[in-house]
Amino acid sequence: MSAVTDLLQQAVEGLGSGAVYASLALALVLIHRFTGIINFAQGELAMLSTYVAWQLMASGMPFWLALPVTLAVSFAGGMLVERIVIRPVRGAPELTVVIVTVGLFIFVNALAGLIWSFTVKDFPQPFPDGGLDLAGVRVDWSTLGILGVVAVVMGLLYLLFQHTSAGLVMRAVACNPASARLSGIRVGRVLMLGWALAATVGALSGVLVAPVLFLEPNMMGGVLIYAFAAATLGGFDSPVGAVVGGLFVGVAETLTGAYVHVVGEDLKVGVPFVIILAVLLVRPQGLFGRAAVERV
Amino acid sequence: MSTITAALGTDRARRRRAALTALLAAAVAGCVPFYFAPFQVFQLTMVLLYAVALAGLNLLVGFGGQISLGHGAFFAAGAYAAAVMLDRYDTGHLATLPVAAAGCFLLGLAFGVPALRLRGLYLALVTLAFAVFLPPLLKRLEPVTGGAMGLTVDKLQPPAWSGLAEDQWTYFVVLGVTATALLLARNLLRSRVGRALRALRDNESAAEVMGVRLSLHKTLAFAWSAMFAGVAGCLYTWVIGFVSPDSFSSVLSITLLAGLVIGGLASLYGPLLGAAFVMYVPSVSQDLSEAAPGVVFGLLIIAVMFVAPTGLAGLPGRVLGAVASRLPRTTAAPATAAPDRTPEAGPAPSTPSTPADPAVADTEPVGAPPRTERE
Amino acid sequence: MNHMRKTTALRAAAAVTAALLTATACNSRRGQDTQDTAAGGACKGQQTTGITDRTIKLGGIYPLSGPASAYGTISKGVAAYFKYVNDNGGMDGRKVQFIVRDDGYQPPKAVEEARRLVEQDKVFAVFQTLGTPSTAAVWDYLNKQKVPQPFVATGASVWGTDTKHPWTTGWQPNYVAEARVYAKYLKDAKPKARVAVLYQNDDFGKDLLGGFEKAVAGSGVKVVAEQSYEVTDPSVSAQMASLARSKADVLLDVTTPKFGSQALAADARNTGWNPLHIVNNVASSAAVLKPVGFKNVQGVVSATYFKDPADPQWANDPEMKAYMNTMHKYAPDTDPANQFNAYGWAVASSLHKALDAMKCPTREGLRDAVRNLKDVKVGLLLPGVTLSTGPGDAFPIETMQLMRFKGERWQLFGKPVDTRKEFGPLTK
Repeated sequence: MSAVTDLLQQAVEGLGSGAVYASLALALVLIHRFTGIINFAQGELAMLSTYVAWQLMASGMPFWLALPVTLAVSFAGGMLVERIVIRPVRGAPELTVVIVTVGLFIFVNALAGLIWSFTVKDFPQPFPDGGLDLAGVRVDWSTLGILGVVAVVMGLLYLLFQHTSAGLVMRAVACNPASARLSGIRVGRVLMLGWALAATVGALSGVLVAPVLFLEPNMMGGVLIYAFAAATLGGFDSPVGAVVGGLFVGVAETLTGAYVHVVGEDLKVGVPFVIILAVLLVRPQGLFGRAAVERV
Repeated sequence: MSTITAALGTDRARRRRAALTALLAAAVAGCVPFYFAPFQVFQLTMVLLYAVALAGLNLLVGFGGQISLGHGAFFAAGAYAAAVMLDRYDTGHLATLPVAAAGCFLLGLAFGVPALRLRGLYLALVTLAFAVFLPPLLKRLEPVTGGAMGLTVDKLQPPAWSGLAEDQWTYFVVLGVTATALLLARNLLRSRVGRALRALRDNESAAEVMGVRLSLHKTLAFAWSAMFAGVAGCLYTWVIGFVSPDSFSSVLSITLLAGLVIGGLASLYGPLLGAAFVMYVPSVSQDLSEAAPGVVFGLLIIAVMFVAPTGLAGLPGRVLGAVASRLPRTTAAPATAAPDRTPEAGPAPSTPSTPADPAVADTEPVGAPPRTERE
Repeated sequence: MNHMRKTTALRAAAAVTAALLTATACNSRRGQDTQDTAAGGACKGQQTTGITDRTIKLGGIYPLSGPASAYGTISKGVAAYFKYVNDNGGMDGRKVQFIVRDDGYQPPKAVEEARRLVEQDKVFAVFQTLGTPSTAAVWDYLNKQKVPQPFVATGASVWGTDTKHPWTTGWQPNYVAEARVYAKYLKDAKPKARVAVLYQNDDFGKDLLGGFEKAVAGSGVKVVAEQSYEVTDPSVSAQMASLARSKADVLLDVTTPKFGSQALAADARNTGWNPLHIVNNVASSAAVLKPVGFKNVQGVVSATYFKDPADPQWANDPEMKAYMNTMHKYAPDTDPANQFNAYGWAVASSLHKALDAMKCPTREGLRDAVRNLKDVKVGLLLPGVTLSTGPGDAFPIETMQLMRFKGERWQLFGKPVDTRKEFGPLTK
């Protein structure tokens, strides 16, 4: 194998990791668009949804039936979380809401451990084994599959944000809930919808990555920081940005870990740190974000 | 004229009451290590040192309006500075404190410069990424930091003349440092720096127009805040006598921020309350459910935020405010006056608002991530 | 005004007096630091805190919350064993009271809990602490207090090589000993092996990797590539791709369970690279291999020292039956097939043997008994693996046996490898 093939192979591995980060970053972007907060519990909710899918399949349901059921359950669950956990602190400082999501993170993580234990669970791969061989570079079907699904979700979100009235409404709510309410928007419903959609996208992310990362309660914990980096790089408002950001972070950290020996695998977690810092210093709104216009 | 004398009188009375409170607090604090069991004294010592870190974070988040999710990193830097000095150079404990403080001040200064360009949410993410990056970096610097195995160093030992047990001596030393640190934080906020910070937090542009030097004060706020975290880290090394990279994971940073918000932002007592929460509530959760303490701990965090959205320090004010609004006007006066006693208490206790009031989200500047699309 | 000043001064004086009064009168809660000691005979003056003729109090600190909670279940195996013993008359007539505390895998929390167990609960011994950071954070304190800290749940070699902490001992084969087993196997079976190593970047990974490199030094076996990962990493797929570039013919996989599954799966996916996969003991449970698919892990090699509850070959083993029955009875929500539960059972029954061997029923007695074990057999340990310690040897278990995965279970092969005999005693 030549050095070029090696490099490409590493890059493909990076794309695989990047697709994982992108899938969770999409959910983060979604909730930020709707509610204006960052949700620390997003990954844990995704993990919980994945356990729901696992439980359904363990009781005999086939994958392609368990998936839509899980997505529906997650949609309802997201609404429920907004109603029970988030609504009581609406109107409190936003940092309070962020800390509530930290509490939710700890709660959900421990709850999953309590119910399903911390043993790694067997999660079926929806995509076929094996992969393509492109001139010596192996691309797994699972990587392609995740990339494909992520692309579709990204497209749907783009349409939702740009070409429906829902997009406009949610932007109004995230920007200024009080004014939105005065102009007749039912803020509560919009926020509930935001949490529901984010939970659904998160559930899809969890189900996709579980066969690769292996399902256990801490599955999404490590992904979260990379997903944050991806969302920041792409701009916290843009689904396209989240995906491009995710892939870029994945490839960058993999290549840095493999080829830059000063950094090495142990310090590659510094890559998202450097990326976030660099992007924000140069272009604080992210690659695809809109520039902030401050009202003075 | 009569109103002026009355005002002077109440002012004097207020000052006397404050002095009395301080005296009582000192008496109680002095009595504590002779009353409680050693491990309880140890717990209180930990509360005090976490309070120092939270007081620092409060300068930044509560008064400066910038969010840091990386203060665990400065805490770690202070702890490692002390541990490395004790381990390699055998300098004695007291010498490590100024070094840890100065080192973290400079580190904070260096961080404060890029932080100028970042606001709210974004600064939080950068600092979080740094906190995640620190443990592997500490492992890499093995020759100095002892790598993954960490460093075991001597704890603080009582001098023979004191006649105190180890836990008592440690408690008094940490109490002294904490009291100094909290006083320093208070005075900082009453100085030009504090006024500038609050002006910046409440309205950056207006403050700038009025001649507040924005970049200088924001950078300094970060540096002071990092220094407090570093001092807390240094105390940690004195008390625990062991540092390892995995002791300072990103969980610590998130815990610190959570502790501060739970205790109460922009309040002088908030850090103490938050530190107590961080220290005691995990144990309480465990007593409630041995099978899954995390479930209870997570629920308790959420529950506290429900009951006291502006933090525990703001709770009495909120309760009094709620009571006052239901009572006739005459009895309401002392209740509303209560929060005024501490002008630093900021908007939290003095605006007793119900959480359901959506307008607060807009008027509340603390901790709000940037609205990226204010068009 | 004057009147007002007077009252305030009076009030202040009253408050200070009250405070001083409480200060002087309040020594009661602080508790006595003096330890209970044995009255007479050869054991005179030794500590008897936490032990009577009828009871013995033990306290363990485990991560029941936080990132390492997967290991918390060890406490359930331990607790089940003690309940089983209590049902059968106790240890030498003493009922065991076992207190479990949670440290969330955080060293400062471990210190707090250790102090609570010693000072408030007055335990006889701290059995066990889990993980190298937590154990290292409390061992100075426990040794100063002269409280036994037997059989810590970490395999770092420092627990055995250290001479300043006589009250602390390890139990499981230390990571260096395990590395030696693999080194010996490769030197015999593949003397020209080129080895790629995937390791966790902490004391566990570093100790094992270092031990392996030392053990193969001077032989034909060479380490040609090494890659590390952090426990906070989401996956090890990038590291596996890097290692594949080395084209090594052996992969030494030093990972914890989830990452073990990931590495095994990545190895199976990559059809272009088929090294002999050696997975370390921590990640060798059937629970780790099953999610990867048994067809993907055929021929994988590992080493072990206790009976895997998921392995059907021990189904009729009397100790395994007792373990299974007790787990079903006292921990019905816990999966008895989880090897960490069996680990807990095995280490608790090892402690039972050490307690039985005490010459004096005192803390000193336990300290000495743990350091003077002669070929003690424990039910859940593999045949041929026994506990042995003595002067100059503070490692209870130094023997492991190799195994290979075939069909749906591990098959032991070769003879148990006594690393002490093969490589000599382990020193700093």
